[in-house]
Amino acid sequence: MKRSLLSRLPPAWHSALTSAFGLVAFTLVFTSLMAFVHDITREDIRAAVEAQQMRLIDEVLPREHYDTALLQEEINAAAPAPFIGRIWRARRADQPVALVFETFADDGYGGRIKLIVALKADNTLGGVRVVSHHETPGLGDYIDPAKDRNKTTPWIAQFVGLDAGLPGERWAIHKDGGEITFHTGATISARAVTHGVGRAVAWVSARRDELFNAPANAPTSAQGQKE
Amino acid sequence: MNFHHFKESARNGLWRQNPGLAQILGLCPILAISTNMVNAVSLGLATILAMAISNLTVAALRRLIAYEIRIPVFILIIAALVTVLDLAFNAFFHSLYLVLGIFIPLITTNCIVLARVEAYAAKNGVVESTLDGILMGAGLLWVLALLGGMRELIGVGTLFGGIEMIVPGWSGLQVFGDDYPGFMLAILPPGAFFTLGCLIAAFNAINARRNARAVVTAPPPPAAATAPLPPGAA
Repeated sequence: MKRSLLSRLPPAWHSALTSAFGLVAFTLVFTSLMAFVHDITREDIRAAVEAQQMRLIDEVLPREHYDTALLQEEINAAAPAPFIGRIWRARRADQPVALVFETFADDGYGGRIKLIVALKADNTLGGVRVVSHHETPGLGDYIDPAKDRNKTTPWIAQFVGLDAGLPGERWAIHKDGGEITFHTGATISARAVTHGVGRAVAWVSARRDELFNAPANAPTSAQGQKE
Repeated sequence: MNFHHFKESARNGLWRQNPGLAQILGLCPILAISTNMVNAVSLGLATILAMAISNLTVAALRRLIAYEIRIPVFILIIAALVTVLDLAFNAFFHSLYLVLGIFIPLITTNCIVLARVEAYAAKNGVVESTLDGILMGAGLLWVLALLGGMRELIGVGTLFGGIEMIVPGWSGLQVFGDDYPGFMLAILPPGAFFTLGCLIAAFNAINARRNARAVVTAPPPPAAATAPLPPGAA
């Protein structure tokens, strides 16, 4: 029936329709393939992303310090700040241990530097790690301990134990009168990280009580935010 | 498919029509990712995989694809398969996925994949096409490995740096010692062009020498062969 209808059409129409049907068929088949693979890998991807996140978090806050499922306790601040990403809470025996949060420094040499910071309940820093950055390889990328030539005391380790109550102007590199050293020739990267950490720590530290006492998100909404 | 066929494919992919040195296709990922050897080899392996499955799929479906719409269908197939590859890497080789990042989906736009699908897989059998994809990819792989290795060695004095991201527990080699000052140019984008330029020059020089030697050592061709014009054509 369809064939006879098609063959009665002018040849140009005939070939156009055949091509269109062909394209639609291929699109359907291969879109289904993608949808199918997306579906079967979703759970593994979620687990892999979480494992990767925990690898970084473990470096700023060792797992033996808390007994809760950290990623399940994501907190929303009442009035969020644009430079603060997700915030998680770590507790031990129902006592607050630390807040782990993401922050962004947009003034890196290569644009945005994404950081993860742990602020302990005693208002000192547990540590800082670079999640992603675009600093010049071999020059500014020492902010990432994996790229830092100094493996025993990498540059980023200076943040460990710093007091969050430090006045704002001390969150700076030596050259600008602050606490943090830097590598000559690559001050911009160090400055961006230092300012970014200082700004975020001041913000979170001021809202410590609110964040420690806030209700944690249900994991479903936390997952929705991730995607 | 016979051994001669295989040898021909291997010679084309690995040397004569090498995607990186002779066809010079897919420069964007080659230049961007080859800052060190581990990244370069990882992308090379991912590209081999993408080329093998694209060639395989197109060769298997080649009789169903109407000639007029073959290019959009090829791109659709390549994009879908690379997406599948991207998802699979994300799920099962997450650390590799983090290293390669945007460059896995960008394999779609690597002209060498479409070029082999169009020039080879659309006209040949499944086995030959898959093999062609693997061998062309392998040609790209060794160029990428060499390029990445040279840039890393000259730039920061190490080899296999960052391998601990992929194989936990392994570590890179410090070839030039801790006090090597580094040569940033090699790592930065211009270094990619300079290094690839040197490789292409070396490739051409080797080919030229080979050809010259072939001319010298080859016996003089028979007279009939040197007179291709039919009698009376002058």
